[in-house]
Amino acid sequence: MSALLQLFDVARHYHVSGGVLGLARGVARAVDGVSLTIEPGESLGLVGESGCGKSTLARCVLGLEPLAAGRIEFQGRDIRDWPEKDLRRQMQMIFQDPYSSLNPRMRVGTIVAEPLVIHGMGDGAQRKAKTQELLRLVGLPEEMAGRYPHQLSGGQRQRVAVARALAVNPALVVCDEPVSALDVSIQAQVLLLLQDLRERLGLTYLFISHDLAVVGQVCERIAVMYLGRVVEAAPAQELIARPMHPYTRALLSAVPVPVVPVPVVPGPAGEGRGQRRRQQLKGEPPSPLAPPSGCPFHPRCPNIMDRCAKEFPPSFDIAPEPGAPSTALHFAHCWLHAPKE
Amino acid sequence: MQQNDNVEPLLDIRGLTTAFARQSGGGGAAGVARAVDTVSLRVRQGETLAVVGESGCGKTVLALSVLGLIPDPPGRVIEGSALYRGRDLLAMSETELQGVRGAHIGMIFQEPMTSLNPVFRVGEQIAEGYRLHKKASRAEAAERAVEMLAQVGIPNPAARAQSYPHELSGGMRQRVMIAMALVCGPDLLFADEPTTALDVTIQAQILDLMRTLQQEKGSGILLITHDLGVVAENARRVAVMYAGQVVEEADVADLYAAPAHPYTQGLLASVPRLGEKRVLAPIPGMVPGIFNLPEGCRFRPRCAHAFDRCESAPPLFAVPSSGATRTARCWLCEKDAEARL
Repeated sequence: MSALLQLFDVARHYHVSGGVLGLARGVARAVDGVSLTIEPGESLGLVGESGCGKSTLARCVLGLEPLAAGRIEFQGRDIRDWPEKDLRRQMQMIFQDPYSSLNPRMRVGTIVAEPLVIHGMGDGAQRKAKTQELLRLVGLPEEMAGRYPHQLSGGQRQRVAVARALAVNPALVVCDEPVSALDVSIQAQVLLLLQDLRERLGLTYLFISHDLAVVGQVCERIAVMYLGRVVEAAPAQELIARPMHPYTRALLSAVPVPVVPVPVVPGPAGEGRGQRRRQQLKGEPPSPLAPPSGCPFHPRCPNIMDRCAKEFPPSFDIAPEPGAPSTALHFAHCWLHAPKE
Repeated sequence: MQQNDNVEPLLDIRGLTTAFARQSGGGGAAGVARAVDTVSLRVRQGETLAVVGESGCGKTVLALSVLGLIPDPPGRVIEGSALYRGRDLLAMSETELQGVRGAHIGMIFQEPMTSLNPVFRVGEQIAEGYRLHKKASRAEAAERAVEMLAQVGIPNPAARAQSYPHELSGGMRQRVMIAMALVCGPDLLFADEPTTALDVTIQAQILDLMRTLQQEKGSGILLITHDLGVVAENARRVAVMYAGQVVEEADVADLYAAPAHPYTQGLLASVPRLGEKRVLAPIPGMVPGIFNLPEGCRFRPRCAHAFDRCESAPPLFAVPSSGATRTARCWLCEKDAEARL
C-alpha cells in the first residue's frame, strides 16, 4: 500500500520584524524538519500545545504555506506539481470555530453546495440532491438547507462544516481542533459522527488537537509536536500506554482524568510508577524565535544529558514491548533511546 | 466527613434565584428567564466545591450573583440569600460589598487577557487592591505586589512587576490574576474556569499552585468549570448544574463512582478518557434555551429514562451515599430516597 501523504523534512520559517522601526529581524521556526506518513484510510492525530506548529504544519500540507525546506508528496506526487484546483478537491478542511467558518449571509444549503459549484460538479438538480444527501449523512434534517448559520447551534454548525468538507469526496480531510469549541455532550456527538463517517466512507484524517483524550479516541496513530518538531510518534494506544519521549510523558501526566480515585500515570517501571504529576514541567515553552540549541526540549527536560544541548536527536526506533506484536512504527527523537553501543 | 457537614460554612447560598428580562423582538417574545433557579450550595473552610455544567447552565451567573456583579437591567437576583460568615452578601449595599470583594472574597476569571487592564503595569494592578483594602502606602503595596508575584511562582518578580500584560504569556497572566485575587489574603476564592484558556502542562502548574495556596491558608474555593477531569483532581464536593438548576450534588468520589442523575451519567459517558478507547455515548439533542424551558423536569426531552412522572418538576431527593450529604433532582431517585428535601 502506498502512502497517501508523505512529509520529508518539512520546514516553514517566518521572518519576523520587530523593535523600533521594525529593524530587528528574526526567523521563527514554526515547523522544522518534520517527516510523517499517512496511509490511506488512516487517522493521524497531531497533538501539542499552543504555538507548537501543528496548525502551521496542517497549512503546509494543504499547500497554503511555502516551505523553507523539504517536500510534501500527496498520492506520490509533490504537492507543488499538483494543479491547485485538483489539490483543493482532494484535500478538505474542518476548522475549529463553526461560528466564524460559515458565511453568515449564506443559507446552509448554499454553503454545502458551494464546493460542488466551484468544482463544476453536477447540474442544479443534482447538486440539490447531493446537498440533501450530505445533510442526511451528517445527521441534519433536510429542512436545515433553508436556514442561516445563526439559527443553528454550535454542534449543528459543525455538522454543516463536515457536510461541506465531504461534498467533493476528498481523499484527505484535515480537521483542525474540530470539537474544541463545543460543549462536552455536543463534542461527543460530533466525534461520534466523524468516527462513523470515516468507517462508512473510508476517509483519511489528519486530526489536530490539543486534547490527548480526544485524539486517542479518534486516531490510530499520534504524533506529538514540540516547538516545531515532531518529537514522538506511535500507534495511539501504544503512545498513551508507553510514552517514550520525556515531553510526551509530561504531557500525558498533565491531562486531568475524569476518574476518581485518580489513576496512576503509566510509565516505565522503576521510574516512579504510581506517582501522579510524576513529571510536572517547569517553566513554559521557549519562543520559536530563539529555540534552544540541540533538542528544543532540553531546558525543561527532567532527563537532560550533556549531548542534548549540542545536537538534535535523530529518530530512534522504539522496540515493541517484549511479547507484544511488532505492529506499526514507534519512534522518538530523544537521546535516551539511542542504541547502546 | 460527617462532622465536616456540621462546621459552619464559609459561604452558604440558600435558594438563590437570578432572573433576566428579555425585550420582545429579535425573533422572540418578551419574557423573564430564571438563569439561576433556587440554588442552594455551601462552601466550607479548606474545601473546594466544584460547580460543573455546560455553556449556559447558569454556573457563571451564580458566581456573579453572589458577588453582586449582575448588571441590572437586564438581570436581578429575585430570591434567596448568600451568607458569607453569616452576613448576607445579597442584602449589602454596594459600598459594603466593595469592602468584601477583593478583601475577603478573591476572584479569578477565565480570560486573563481581558481581565487585566492593558495600560497598567501588572505590579500596579496587584498593588491597587491592597492599597484600597489595607489602606497601605504606595511603597508598601508595591512591595507586597512583588511578594505576591514571587508566591505564585513568577521568576524575577521585581522585574516582572514592571511588565504590561501583553508582555506576559497566558500562563504568566493567569498567575498575575491569582496574585491579584490573593493579595489581601481572602479566605474564600471564586475561580471561574481559571485554566480553560491554558495548555495542559500550564493548567497543571496553575491548579497545583491553587492547591498549595489553599493548603497553606485553609481557604474555601468555589471552582466553576466544564471539565470533569479538573473536577476529579481538584474538588472534594461537586454540584452539577443543568438549565439553571443544581441537578446533583455529592462528594466527588461518590459522584464519579455512581452518578445518580441521568444528565450526570450522560456527561460522564460523553467524555473521551485517556488510554481507554470506548464507545462514546453522547446525550442526544441540546441544552434548552433559558427562555423556553421544557415543562416539568428540564432534562426530560433528552433523557433516555423519562417517564410520566417527569412531566412534573422533580425536587431534590436525598440519595444514599458513603457518608456525606448527596442529592439528585430526578424522580428515579425517589424510590431510594431517604427523605424528600
